[in-house]
Amino acid sequence: MMSLVLLAEQVLNGLQFGVMLFLMAAGLTLIFGVMGLINLAHGSLYMLGAFAAASVAAATGSFTLALLAALAAAAVAGVIVELLIIRRLYDRDHLDQVLATFALILIFSEGTRWAFGSFPLYLDIPPALSGPVSLPGGIDYPLYRLVLIGAGLLIALGLDLMITRTRIGIRIRAGENDREMTAALGIDISRLYTLIFALGAALAGLAGALVGAIQSVQVGMGEPVLILAFVVIVIGGIGSIRGALLGALLVGLTDTLGGVFLPEALKLVTDPASAKAVGASLASMAIYILMGAILIWRPTGLFGGRA
Amino acid sequence: MSREAQVNLAVVVALVLLPLAAHLMGESYWVTLATRAAVLALAGVGLNIALGQGGLVSLGHAVFFGIGGYSMGILAYHAQTYTPLIESFGLPGTNLMPVIWLVAAISAALAALLIGALSLRTTGVYFIMITLAFGQMFYFFALSWPTYGGEDGLSIYVRNRFPGVNTLAPIQFYGIVIAVLLLALLLSHRLARSPFGLALAAARQVPARVAAVGLDPQRLKLVAFVLSAAVTGLAGALFADLNRFVSPTMFSWHTSGEIMVFVIIGGVGRLMGPVVGAMVFVLLEHLLGGISEYWQIAFGVLLLLIVLFARGGLIGLVAGREKAHG
Repeated sequence: MMSLVLLAEQVLNGLQFGVMLFLMAAGLTLIFGVMGLINLAHGSLYMLGAFAAASVAAATGSFTLALLAALAAAAVAGVIVELLIIRRLYDRDHLDQVLATFALILIFSEGTRWAFGSFPLYLDIPPALSGPVSLPGGIDYPLYRLVLIGAGLLIALGLDLMITRTRIGIRIRAGENDREMTAALGIDISRLYTLIFALGAALAGLAGALVGAIQSVQVGMGEPVLILAFVVIVIGGIGSIRGALLGALLVGLTDTLGGVFLPEALKLVTDPASAKAVGASLASMAIYILMGAILIWRPTGLFGGRA
Repeated sequence: MSREAQVNLAVVVALVLLPLAAHLMGESYWVTLATRAAVLALAGVGLNIALGQGGLVSLGHAVFFGIGGYSMGILAYHAQTYTPLIESFGLPGTNLMPVIWLVAAISAALAALLIGALSLRTTGVYFIMITLAFGQMFYFFALSWPTYGGEDGLSIYVRNRFPGVNTLAPIQFYGIVIAVLLLALLLSHRLARSPFGLALAAARQVPARVAAVGLDPQRLKLVAFVLSAAVTGLAGALFADLNRFVSPTMFSWHTSGEIMVFVIIGGVGRLMGPVVGAMVFVLLEHLLGGISEYWQIAFGVLLLLIVLFARGGLIGLVAGREKAHG
């Protein structure tokens, strides 16, 4: 019974991690699907959101204002970067895109270190959302993490509705399929691109702020998340929002459950000390092994149609 | 002699003479700096085989750099502690450079065979993301594997031996590194003009035609990826020997990005591109790093400008655009 409670807790942790990864992956996959751009600097926007939230929360004490600041800061930074640099890269090959966005990471990371110093900032969970909540089955689980899961799933639903049901969604899908034809029908393609980039940036900034309240806010925090978001996209298939959600949940659950249960499972076959060490090493590799397996099975990802 | 050949010759002469001059003036710090540039250049020469000749945008070459580094670290650690490498065989460690290099290159090549076989199932942006992800896997593995220092890394107290050379003297160690680098450049140059290199260039440009004449483009790319990894692995072993220290940082994706940056600053697919790139990087790191600890902001701006406006890299700026090949 005890282990069942533990299992339920870890599944919730995995879901929470997964939906936050989704917020990152959704923007990345949209930007790649529509504009054909690989954006390494997406993690910097995540970091920027977290720093904006932590500073505004420290100044005003309001978590709501902090979240709004994160959204605004990341979206504005997204628009500026898109107008100045990113739009010159759409016609370039992936190598140029990788290098230019790698350069952006250097600028954003060192710029943030220059402005805020190397010490981490902290963002407090608002009082209304702090503390545990009792779930059926005798599980006490932090309310804030439950709210994150709910918020992430709501955003996923909203994005899906936006893409499939609204006029802007139709334009996004049209831009994904045929850029020239869409432009010929009188849609301002470059404005659409700026909008999509800003939307992706805002989602990343929001994720950074939300996660910033349960981790420390520091320079470089976006990069591990960025690489995991890439794994999510490889698993889910480029350009697919649904694929991103499924991939994010798979990666979140694999990472969290692997970290807890692999060392436990190895204790059955070897001594506790080496089970802990080997289990931790294996757990850190689990999601990449998952990615490799899915690649062998479906090279373009679960929802990906084309290479 | 073409402009590019003149530039190449000038770079080789500078590689040999400048550190020698620094040594004669007693500036051993500059010799060490030149050694660092030459080792990083070697890593770039490795990547350039996959990137320039094979068109494979690998953001995971830190894996091979790190494997080379840890090959040195692990072998030398067992030699310095007099413990066997593999308990049951009683196989000892070693501090002999040629043996370490061989182990480093072969281990990196084997890892590349595995990663390449998986990653080459895909192309384009998938390939970039997958090589990046595998790189991160090795990074986390090195962080969490406690036997060889885990997070703290592994220190080697004395630089490894090379028969007939005092490796502790900076200029003599530089001599070893530069000899290896020149050999690798020769290999890279010969490779590009060999039947394999021509087939590889064709596989990069028009895979369908290569397939039509009965060659397997994927296989050509895999071989290039493996060769490229072996050279970068060798560079990793030398880098570890230069610092007498290995840590998971060698595996970090920033390392992959930096190796790629050397190749691009110099010029993709140019023989001396990685050498010029690494020299400029180390020089900027030293000069700008002396002015401000936030020098990477300026470096990022410079890199952006090169990517956006100087597409042939620095060699392209000096030697003009590459001739189109048919």
